[in-house]
Amino acid sequence: MKLDAYRTWDDERARRLIEAVAHLPGALLPVLHSLQDEFGYIDDAAIPLITDALNVSRAEVVGVIHFYHDFRTAPPGRHTLRVCRAESCQSMGSQALAAHIEERLGTPMESTTADGEFTLENVYCLGNCALSPAVMLDGRLYGRVTPERVDALLAPALTATGGAA
Amino acid sequence: MTTRIYVPRDAAALSVGADDVATRIAAEAAARGDDIAIVRNGSRGMCWLEPLVEVETAEGRVAYGPVSVDDVARLFDAGILEGGADTLYLGPTEAIPYFARQQRLTFARCGVVDPLSIEDYRAHGGYEGLQRALSMAREEIVAEVTDSGLRGRGGAGFPTGIKWQTVLDAPAEPKYIVCNADEGDSGTFADRMLMEGDPFTLIEGMTMAGVAVGATVGYIYLRSEYPHAHRTLREAITTAREHGYLGPSVAGSAHPFDIEVRLGAGAYICGEETALLESLEGRRGLIRPRPPLPAVSGLFGQPTVVNNVLSLATVPVILERGAEAYREFGMGRSRGTQPVQLAGNVKRGGLIELAFGVTLRELIENYGGGTASGRPVRAVQVGGPLGAYFPDSLLDTPLDYEAIAAADGLLGHGGVVVFDDTVDLASQARFAMAFCAFESCGKCTPCRIGATRGVEVIDRIVAGEERTANLELLDDLNDLMTKASLCALGGLTPIPVRSALQHFPEDFSRPAPVATTG
Ligand SMILES: Cc1cc2nc3c(=O)[nH]c(=O)nc-3n(C[C@H](O)[C@H](O)[C@H](O)COP(=O)(O)O)c2cc1C
Ligand code: SF4
Ligand code: FES
Repeated sequence: MKLDAYRTWDDERARRLIEAVAHLPGALLPVLHSLQDEFGYIDDAAIPLITDALNVSRAEVVGVIHFYHDFRTAPPGRHTLRVCRAESCQSMGSQALAAHIEERLGTPMESTTADGEFTLENVYCLGNCALSPAVMLDGRLYGRVTPERVDALLAPALTATGGAA
Repeated sequence: MTTRIYVPRDAAALSVGADDVATRIAAEAAARGDDIAIVRNGSRGMCWLEPLVEVETAEGRVAYGPVSVDDVARLFDAGILEGGADTLYLGPTEAIPYFARQQRLTFARCGVVDPLSIEDYRAHGGYEGLQRALSMAREEIVAEVTDSGLRGRGGAGFPTGIKWQTVLDAPAEPKYIVCNADEGDSGTFADRMLMEGDPFTLIEGMTMAGVAVGATVGYIYLRSEYPHAHRTLREAITTAREHGYLGPSVAGSAHPFDIEVRLGAGAYICGEETALLESLEGRRGLIRPRPPLPAVSGLFGQPTVVNNVLSLATVPVILERGAEAYREFGMGRSRGTQPVQLAGNVKRGGLIELAFGVTLRELIENYGGGTASGRPVRAVQVGGPLGAYFPDSLLDTPLDYEAIAAADGLLGHGGVVVFDDTVDLASQARFAMAFCAFESCGKCTPCRIGATRGVEVIDRIVAGEERTANLELLDDLNDLMTKASLCALGGLTPIPVRSALQHFPEDFSRPAPVATTG
């Protein structure tokens, strides 16, 4: 994942992405991943395209999108910061770290900043528990994260937009 | 002469700057006209020393760590290419006590080889087990796995060979091999480390499973939180295919076998094998009732081996060295080695592969070096979010399936998370309930409704509202969830809750800060 990685929703592109994986056995998750990788979320307009291509019902597709924590139904911010909230990171101060991030960006976890720059997500273990606390920024993993380190990570985006203090 | 320098590509090493260190080393060597080759290896598992840089010298590989970008120029001045002295110098890598005292079987190659070089893999014994398997009858391969005593490393500890035998005996075709790489338990990262550091071992293990039971297709169900492992696996699978180890004729034999990686989507419950199969089929991850067992009717209704990454990745060494050699390690009914993941508030966290039987105290004191904060250890959670919190008085419990169970806990996937004396066990118990409510698949009431009630009841206890009555209510709720849940998410959530109540009752009798799942 990189800066500005997501494209704006485009029916034709979506149709091609769906077709590329529709032949796989049990293709629904690969289809949804492929759409979300491209657009950052699953647009409502995707649903009829998916039901046609995979021969499944609308209820099934909607049910799957809502069941899995990963899939979003609205576009995320330009950057996604995932903060590990599971036990090992708790033991190393992830509560305080999350509170620091919320304050720094002026928005609570599981939300997007008003300027659309950052989406904050809770995640339950990033597999970096020996170097807790851990966060993932735009798909890149960081360990032993202190408030100072997180500030340094956020700084480039914050200065680029003159965003939250 | 070219000097080889190893800088890990493991996600934990990357998380503390390994890429930048590798780039700086290359630039420094170029500026000085030194002839080096950088190998991006897996991790040795000494996470607190990452980025751990190794140099191949006349005396073998020597280590420096943890190396930051700012150390690089100084290390070159100190003669790092000849193993020169520096404050970060750690001596020969394999003589570092943390590493030297381990018994590396499953992880024997991890951190040693270039994970994406099949030549390197073969030079270190890779595919010898498969060659041997290809010369054996199916029943003989399965018998070898059964005789080794290998039990599933995903949590339940079910004998791997017996599962394989059921699939072998099932008449229906096709059959599938599914690798459970969902690794959802907090405090665990061994699957990730292996997939990033020695992916061919997993590929070889799955291939052997396919050959043994007569399956031709394998899926790796990988959690989406592991993008680095995803890239490594896909590259390794392509390479194995190019070299004829996957495809229509495995290693020139009559067996076809191929593997596809599928990503999960952030649902803890999809680590449970039947929910995982539902997910692979493109549905919500709802638990399937059993019977039927997945071994009889699994993926797309066909006979399916579902095994954890480490179970499958241990089969090559068993076939290479023989069942007897593997059995010699361990205690009681826990044979072989357990890759322990030491994490949380600990000075020296990492992966420690040891014969079953090491005690928690030995791990935390001798390997971990105590807490990272320097404060006393107060609680240790073993086995992930469904595992018990142990107090100091239980730290002499050996790590072995039966011994941990006797202490009302579970070994799970081998995660050990250390907490210092600032931990509040009422918060941890509340978190266990909240996590269960958040991750519940919703299929049965004791879990779906019970866990939410559990959070509310703990809140009332902590707030001092009718404490005695609410403690009784919590006990009833724990009973109900234990007895009436359809699967182990609801069924085992009472374990961390009850252990907190039993060993740390004082934390439930004063107001406390509250954990959230958001
Ligand atoms: C809630 C829940 C989560 C689980 N998560 C995992 C997991 O992430 N990885 C895993 O290998 N097994 C997990 N399991 C265990 C699997 O259901 C199953 O026992 C295992 O994949 C079998 O492989 P093994 O015999 O090689 O351990 C989980 C079980 C439950 C109930
Ligand atoms: S215990 Fe929870 S996760 Fe398991 S089947 Fe019931 S509702 Fe689903
Ligand atoms: S618990 Fe946070 S990375 Fe595992």
